[in-house]
Amino acid sequence: MKDAGFIFGSYLVTLGSMVVFALVTLRRGRKSSGGVSDSDKTWL
Amino acid sequence: MSQLVTSTSATGTRATRVLGLLAILVMLWVVIGGLVFTPQDVVQGESVRIMYVHVPSAWIAYLAFILTAVASASWLIGKKHSMGFDRFAGASAEVGVMFMAITLVTGSLWGRLTWGEFWQWDPRLTTTAFLFVTYLGYLAVRRLEGSAEQRARRSAIIALLAVLEIPLVHFSVVIWRSLHQGATVLNPSGDVKLDDLMLFTLFSGVVGFTLVFFWLVLHRQRTMLLLDVVNRRGLDTAIANRRAEGSTN
Repeated sequence: MKDAGFIFGSYLVTLGSMVVFALVTLRRGRKSSGGVSDSDKTWL
Repeated sequence: MSQLVTSTSATGTRATRVLGLLAILVMLWVVIGGLVFTPQDVVQGESVRIMYVHVPSAWIAYLAFILTAVASASWLIGKKHSMGFDRFAGASAEVGVMFMAITLVTGSLWGRLTWGEFWQWDPRLTTTAFLFVTYLGYLAVRRLEGSAEQRARRSAIIALLAVLEIPLVHFSVVIWRSLHQGATVLNPSGDVKLDDLMLFTLFSGVVGFTLVFFWLVLHRQRTMLLLDVVNRRGLDTAIANRRAEGSTN
């Protein structure tokens, strides 16, 4: 494939950003969840 | 107290797990379809494959900022000033900024292949960069000192002003002479000049990115709620300690 570096790079940046954002968000949620009772978690 | 200790669930539910699984499946198709199955473009050749991630990320960033404005307006207008609207606005803006960053990076990679330059001070590129910086400012304002209500009010007003930039960005290719191509799909004539498989993959990208967006926003706003509860508890404890100190003196 011509210009594969640019094309794969764009997919890598896109998927990588989503995965990193998701992991950071889940980690933050897990970290702050410990001190909060289930009654405050309106989604449960 | 035992409830606090035994609580292990974080921000996920069955619905978010289903949403996440759907998002992964659609995104898998976008990657495989975009990189393998879709044909080359007659003019742009292989570089057109970047379109399947660049265009959906731009559209979902617009969607995110519009939803931020809607949630902000709901907070301002609503009699109860529900903080849920403010948290949704903040979460949506954060995810929108991420998609806008993806748009700028993938756009500059695509630009290098088509124009020979990573960046041009072209109307579309410049207004997009301006939109990105505006929402970085919005996120910075959300981190300023003050109560949750002050944060919500300040950021809601900025969100309602910032969203006005979106039409400017979208129509910049029409208003000014731009190096950036005009709208291929969302054009006024409705005449879409794309191969069926290319169009299907592009719309799969839009669906996939939308699913990812809602998954991220749901988790992020729930994390914000948890942080608000923790902060409120910390404030309540500090006030109680100060009162106790005052009564003993």
